Amino acid sequence: MKTLTFPRITVWRVIATTLILAGAIAAAARFTLGLGATTNLTDEFPWGLWIGFDFLGIGLAAAGFTIVAAVHLFHADDYEPIVRPAILTAFIGYMLVVLVLVIDLGRPDHFWHPLVMWNHHSVMFEITWCVILYTTVLSFEFAPIVLEKFHMHAPIKWIHSISLPLMIIGVLLSTLHQSSFGSLYLIVPNRLHPLWYSPLLPVLFFVSCIASGTSMVILETLIMSRNGRTLLSPELRANLAKITAIALAVYLVIRFQDMVHRGTIGYMMTLTYHSIAFYAEVLVGFVVPLILLMFPRIRYSRRGLFTACIMVLTGFAANRMNTAITGMEVYPTRTYFPSLMEVLIMLGIAAIGFSAFWLIARYLPIFEAEPVTPKAVAPEALWPPLPATDEGI
Amino acid sequence: MIKQKALLIDISLCIGCNACQVGCKEANHLPAPEEKRLSPTAYTALEEHGDLHVRRLCQHCEEPTCKSVCPVGAFTKTAEGPVLYDAEKCIGCRYCMQACPFRVPRYEWSSTRPRVQKCIFCAPRLAKGLQTACAEACPTGATKFGDRDDLLVEAGKRINASGGKLVQKIYGREDVGGTSVLYLSPTPFENLGFDTKLGNTPMPILTMNALSKVPNVAAVGSVMLAGIWWITKRRADVDLHENPSKLIAAAQKRDEK
Repeated sequence: MKTLTFPRITVWRVIATTLILAGAIAAAARFTLGLGATTNLTDEFPWGLWIGFDFLGIGLAAAGFTIVAAVHLFHADDYEPIVRPAILTAFIGYMLVVLVLVIDLGRPDHFWHPLVMWNHHSVMFEITWCVILYTTVLSFEFAPIVLEKFHMHAPIKWIHSISLPLMIIGVLLSTLHQSSFGSLYLIVPNRLHPLWYSPLLPVLFFVSCIASGTSMVILETLIMSRNGRTLLSPELRANLAKITAIALAVYLVIRFQDMVHRGTIGYMMTLTYHSIAFYAEVLVGFVVPLILLMFPRIRYSRRGLFTACIMVLTGFAANRMNTAITGMEVYPTRTYFPSLMEVLIMLGIAAIGFSAFWLIARYLPIFEAEPVTPKAVAPEALWPPLPATDEGI
Repeated sequence: MIKQKALLIDISLCIGCNACQVGCKEANHLPAPEEKRLSPTAYTALEEHGDLHVRRLCQHCEEPTCKSVCPVGAFTKTAEGPVLYDAEKCIGCRYCMQACPFRVPRYEWSSTRPRVQKCIFCAPRLAKGLQTACAEACPTGATKFGDRDDLLVEAGKRINASGGKLVQKIYGREDVGGTSVLYLSPTPFENLGFDTKLGNTPMPILTMNALSKVPNVAAVGSVMLAGIWWITKRRADVDLHENPSKLIAAAQKRDEK
C-alpha cells in the first residue's frame, strides 16, 4: 500500500486548479444571477461562445468514432494501441459538452424534457438524442477499462458480447450528429453569412470532424509517446496523417465547389470583417496543413506533424466559432463578444477535461503499449482469432 | 371548419399613437411603461422609420420556424392562427430565437427561470370571440382584425385603390409560406427593415431536406459498416490460413506472451 502524500505542486496543476475554481465561481454566479447578468447573450445574439465550445468539443471527440471504426470495424488492427486514448478523448469530450449545455440552458431543471417531449422536426431534438445515446455507447466502450482495473471480468464479457452492434450504433450516431451540428444552421440562411452558409453544412461538418478527430489522435500519440514509450510507429502515424490530409482535401473541394456553384465565391474577393475571418480559417486550418501533410518528410517528422495537427485543430476551432459567432454577426451593427463569466466557465470546463484525461490516463490502463486483455476480454468479435492473447495457456 | 384569423397592418395609416401597445399591455397584464422595441414585456412595439411607424410583433407563420426547431415542441400553431408557447415545456435552448426569420422571440434574460416571450395573438380573447386588443385599440384602422382570406382580398383592393401610393406587395401573404400578420406599405418594404429576401418556401423545409435523410443514413450505414466488418475480418482470416508462415509467426507471437 502506498501512503497518501500531499500532491506535488506543479505549474500545470496550479493553472488547472485556478481555472476550475474560477469556473466554478462563475458557474455559481450564472445560476444565482441568471444568464442576463453574467453573459453577453442578447435577444439579437442568443447563442454565443458556449455553443461554439460545444461544436469544438464534439468535433475533437470525433477521434473516438473514427478510430473505433478503423480498428474494430475495418480491422486496421495496427492502430489498436490508440483505441483507448481515442475513446477516452471522446468520452471526456461528450461529458464536457453535456456540462456546458446544462449551464447554457435557460432552464437547466428542464434538461430531461427532450426525453419525454418529442419534436422530430427539430435538429436540436435529433442532436439531443444522438448525444445522449452516443454518450451511453461511449460509457459501454469505456467501462471495460474501469472494470479491468478492478478485475471485474464478468461484466466485461457481457459488454463484449454486444460490442459489434454497439460499435456500429456508435459510429452511426456520431456520423448523424456530427453532421447535425451543421444542420442546425440550415434554417438561418437569412442570418448566417454566405461565406459559411451552405445547404451542404451537414456534409462539411462531418468531413471536417474526421480531419480534426484524426489530428487530435495524432497529437495525443505525439504528446504521450515521450519518455521512451512509443504508442504508434512513425509509419502508422504517417498513415493517419494521410487520412487527415485526404479529409482536408475532400473538405476543400466540397466547400469551394459549393461556393462557386452557388455564386458566393465573390464574398471572398473583397476584404471585409467576414472575409478576413474566412481566410484565417481556411488558410490556417485547411490549405496550409494540407500542403504540409502532402510531404512524406513532414508526415514522418514529429515536429512537422505536430505543427500541421495544431493548425488543423486551430482552423477547425475557427471554423466552428466562425459558424456560431462571426458568421452570425453583422459588422459593425450586430456583434458579440463573450463576457468574462462566459470565458471563465469555458476555461474552467476545459481545465476539468484536461485534468480528467490526465488523471484517468494515470490511474487506468489507457496507454498500455500491450493492451491488457485478460481471458474474458478476447472475444472473436473484437480481435482476429490468433493474435488474441490468452494468458491462461 | 375554423376560419383562420389574421391582422392587416397598413403602415400608411399608422399615426404612431402607440394605442396598440397600450391595449396589448393591458390585455396581457404586462407592465405599462411605453417601450420602443420588442421585449419580454412588449409583445408589440412601434419602430420609427422617418415619418413612418412600423408595428412589429410575432408574424404567426403558417409553418412556424420556432415550432419546427423547438426540441421539446413548446410551440404550437392553432387552427385559428395564433402560434403559442408553453413555458412549462421550454428547456431554454433559445433555438427559436436563433431561427425565427423575423427575429421576434424575446427572452427574460434577467430571470433565473427565464421564458421566451412574444405576441400570443390574444388567443384567450379569440377564444371568447373577441378581436385582438391591438386591433381594438387602433383609432385609425391601421391594424385590422379579420379572417385571413377576407383581409387578403381587402389588402388587394386597397393597393389597387391607392393609385400607386401603396407598393404592390402584401408582406406576409406568401413570405416563408405565409403568415397571419399582413402588411401594406407606402414605401418598399426593405426600406423599413423588412427582410424581403426570405423567399416563399417555409424555413422548416430547409431542415427537413437534411433530417429526412437520417433514416436512410442509419439503414444504409449500419448495413455497410457490418459488411465492412465482415469482409475485413474474413480477409484477415483467409490471409492467415493461406500463409503458413504468418500463422506460425502469429502463434510464436502468442507464445512469447
